[in-house]
Amino acid sequence: MAALTDLTLASARDGLQSREFSAVELTRAHIAAIEAARPLNAFITETPEHALAQAAVSDAKLAKGAGGALEGLPIGIKDLFCTKGILTTAGSHILDGFKPPYESTVTAKLWDAGAVCLGKLNLDEFAMGSSNMTSYYGPVINPWSQPGGNRKLVPGGSSGGSAAATAARLALATIGTDTGGSIRQPAGFCGIVGAKPTYGRCSRWGIVAFASSLDQAGPMTRNVRDAALMLNVMCGHDPKDSTSAPIPVPDFEAALTGDIRGLRIGIPREYRVDNMPAEIDALWQRGIDWLKAAGAEPVDISLKLTKYALPTYYIIAPAEASSNLARYDGARFGLRVPGGSLSEMYENTRAEGFGAEVRRRVLIGTYVLSHGYYDAYYLKAQRIRTLIARDFDEAFRTVDAILTPTAPSAAFAIGEKMDDPLAMYLNDVFTVPVNLAGLPGISVPAGLSADGLPLGLQVIGRAFDEATMLRIAGVLETAAGFVAKPAYLGEAA
Amino acid sequence: MSDLLMEGRTGKWEIVLGLEVHAQVISKAKLFSGAATEFGAEPNSQVSPIDAGLPGMLPVINRRCVEQAVRTGLGLEAEINLVSVFDRKNYFYADLPQGYQISQFTRPIVGKGKIRLDMPDGSTREVGITRLHLEQDAGKSLHDQHPSLSYIDLNRSGVALMEIVSEPDMRSGEEAGAYLRKLRSILRYLGTCDGNMEEGSMRCDVNVSVRRPGDPLGTRCEVKNVNSIRFVMQAIEVEARRQIEIIEDGGTIRQETRLYDPNRGETRSMRSKEDAHDYRYFPDPDLLPLVLDQALVDGIKSALPELPDAKKARFIADYKLSPYDAGVLVAEQNIATFFEAVAKGRDAKAAANWVTGDLFGVLNKRGVGIEESPVSAAALGELVDLIADSTISGKIAKDVFAEMVESGQAPATIVEAKGWRQVTDTGAIEAAIDAVLAAQEAKVAEYRSGKDKLFGFFVGQVMKATEGKANPALLNDLLRQKLAG
Repeated sequence: MAALTDLTLASARDGLQSREFSAVELTRAHIAAIEAARPLNAFITETPEHALAQAAVSDAKLAKGAGGALEGLPIGIKDLFCTKGILTTAGSHILDGFKPPYESTVTAKLWDAGAVCLGKLNLDEFAMGSSNMTSYYGPVINPWSQPGGNRKLVPGGSSGGSAAATAARLALATIGTDTGGSIRQPAGFCGIVGAKPTYGRCSRWGIVAFASSLDQAGPMTRNVRDAALMLNVMCGHDPKDSTSAPIPVPDFEAALTGDIRGLRIGIPREYRVDNMPAEIDALWQRGIDWLKAAGAEPVDISLKLTKYALPTYYIIAPAEASSNLARYDGARFGLRVPGGSLSEMYENTRAEGFGAEVRRRVLIGTYVLSHGYYDAYYLKAQRIRTLIARDFDEAFRTVDAILTPTAPSAAFAIGEKMDDPLAMYLNDVFTVPVNLAGLPGISVPAGLSADGLPLGLQVIGRAFDEATMLRIAGVLETAAGFVAKPAYLGEAA
Repeated sequence: MSDLLMEGRTGKWEIVLGLEVHAQVISKAKLFSGAATEFGAEPNSQVSPIDAGLPGMLPVINRRCVEQAVRTGLGLEAEINLVSVFDRKNYFYADLPQGYQISQFTRPIVGKGKIRLDMPDGSTREVGITRLHLEQDAGKSLHDQHPSLSYIDLNRSGVALMEIVSEPDMRSGEEAGAYLRKLRSILRYLGTCDGNMEEGSMRCDVNVSVRRPGDPLGTRCEVKNVNSIRFVMQAIEVEARRQIEIIEDGGTIRQETRLYDPNRGETRSMRSKEDAHDYRYFPDPDLLPLVLDQALVDGIKSALPELPDAKKARFIADYKLSPYDAGVLVAEQNIATFFEAVAKGRDAKAAANWVTGDLFGVLNKRGVGIEESPVSAAALGELVDLIADSTISGKIAKDVFAEMVESGQAPATIVEAKGWRQVTDTGAIEAAIDAVLAAQEAKVAEYRSGKDKLFGFFVGQVMKATEGKANPALLNDLLRQKLAG
């Protein structure tokens, strides 16, 4: 059955349509893989019965020649998406027992297209983290490890469970959310494809909010074509989200022509950051060469405010989070720790319900919005954000896309960087500016580090031009010919 | 303005007042969710996941509420801001499920406007409107349902409010009362708020300060949630008096929020400026700036009804009413409409007197509005007609009116049934006069010897003999002739 879990979405779709195997068989194979992979701690909630019931319905549809674009294909959902009647935790103690009475727009679209829900995936608490270490449900273990090494590595974050599950063949695809790199960085760490569409492409309705002006859903898949298939279903205007863009969604799969001749690819010089490992730099150069060989033209560009992106992000995101997380007060749902007064109940509930990283960001966010500090921090950060977006606008006048590394390093060991939040935040140095500017970005596995760990390259597209971004990503993927598999699969096999 | 000053122990003080009114928008659904807004429903029966602040829920602006705010802004002769922004006002409370209220802080939908007060002496006075903004209402905490816990009703959570802020232009409780009455009248004309203070659909906070006439503004205290016009006027009096006493005793006023307690007739400190919340306002990232089309504003403007000031001016010009009568008649749209139906083609002054006098008397006694008037405008018009064509006298008309109120019958029917038709037959009146004069020979002699005052006595006697039906003018003429005889 291992072969069934090793399929791509596209090939599994073809197999189902040609009746080589049934959706129930496909689902069972994944349920077995998930059970075997429990030590990875990728799932918070497994929903095998639910999945089998959905698969049976899919089989009935497929038998009639009917069914949607993802009919019968088992996928996993980051536990930040509200799923009707299914425990939704955001990786936090404070949402104990919360079963939403509604389904998020993005997951509803996936189920409508016939996808099968295997369960809810582990993540950093409220998506705040780059290692999946902040989850109340414990760390996720990266299915990759250094050959011969026994150190357990982080899968990246915050969509660590989603990345690990896709890499370890526990689901054909997963979905994540990306506020500052939470799809792309773990995709890079786990050797898979992770795409964050333009802000406004996917509805945020029903996604537990971290930072509303930055959050965006996206797919995490084993190749670019699968990412396009998922985006075709996930994207689209939603009147229930006022920030959702009323812009038609093209057929992303059709955009994968492999032809990037004449495209101009920006190479931002400010992304050659201090202390970047030589192998990352070398990989980046290989990426440039591949695109050039395919007929694209690399163009040296400047994104001069890059160094301000992280500090700007770490003001805006916590500010919004401090307000978004105010609703977790023990009054209506989730955890309640009683107290002698209303204030005491709030204090007890939030002290016990939130982990250290969430508390840190709520405090920072509260501080930067406070009277007397607002102008110096929040307002200034908003101005810089506007200027960073302008930098990109400027660059996109001369280039069609931008190529960068996904992260400044490969996956690190569990427990590393935990005592230094700033070192942890540096993981997102290449991904954060993209969120600040609201642009689409995709990470493609492009090679292995000297330690045998996957490294990703990031393609950044123009706003609402995911098609070009995907096309370039597809060319990179072909050129890189990344076929390495995580060590976990070797053990499991 | 000297009559507006308050006498203290050490001299006169000027009271300075600014009002913040929260007016609940008339709309079927809440400001950012589709949940219903009806008053008085079962607790927590009109709550969407958005209003309950559940995770992942997002606000979407209700177009109807925006139009209502624009309509109100236009009614207050205010600037409409084509671009406005929704901000989050952050604070924790059990009846605020999101942990923030969506409001408008730096860029409200409506800017400066004005309102003209109709004072009881018939004069008018202009008060500036600083701004109007849209915001969500909070839920309701019920503290008396359980010995140690509070219950929360979220039906009101997310209902659209317009916060209407005045300039500190008022100088007495009476002016504040006139402001609230006029604002309520305009809101009702516009159909944007029902103005019902008892049900809480219009709530008022008053900023009160005092100063010596000519001095700069004093430190203000905000008196919260005063839920009737009468209480607003009382609270102002009490709070101004408190401030004056403190200053006259050598103290200073602390800026703070106070609550009016109508039972004890005092204001109590709620929180001082130091304890004030830091609301951490910032633009709500879930909502884009609200951008209005000038065409939308123009469309709403062209469909505005005639508002109280314009109607009052027209009543004065067209019906020759006094400013006071006109002001009374236009305060409520239904009264104005009723009056116009009575006055149309008739003596407007008479119509105004009937409406503001006898009819209001009946309505007040019954405690009902003009919609439930026992006498229709058409019927009252007929009554006025009967007087005008001398079918009945003004005096008899009072009895007819009382009968109309009782029985609901048409005035002509009552006059016929009761035989109250006025006697205009000269012969009949002459006969009655003759009989009275014959029976009162002594009085006739006195009259003729110069005691003119007795004329009224004879009129009374003849009226009595004719059961009040004699046409008074005719009676007077004939009686004068006979007595001169």
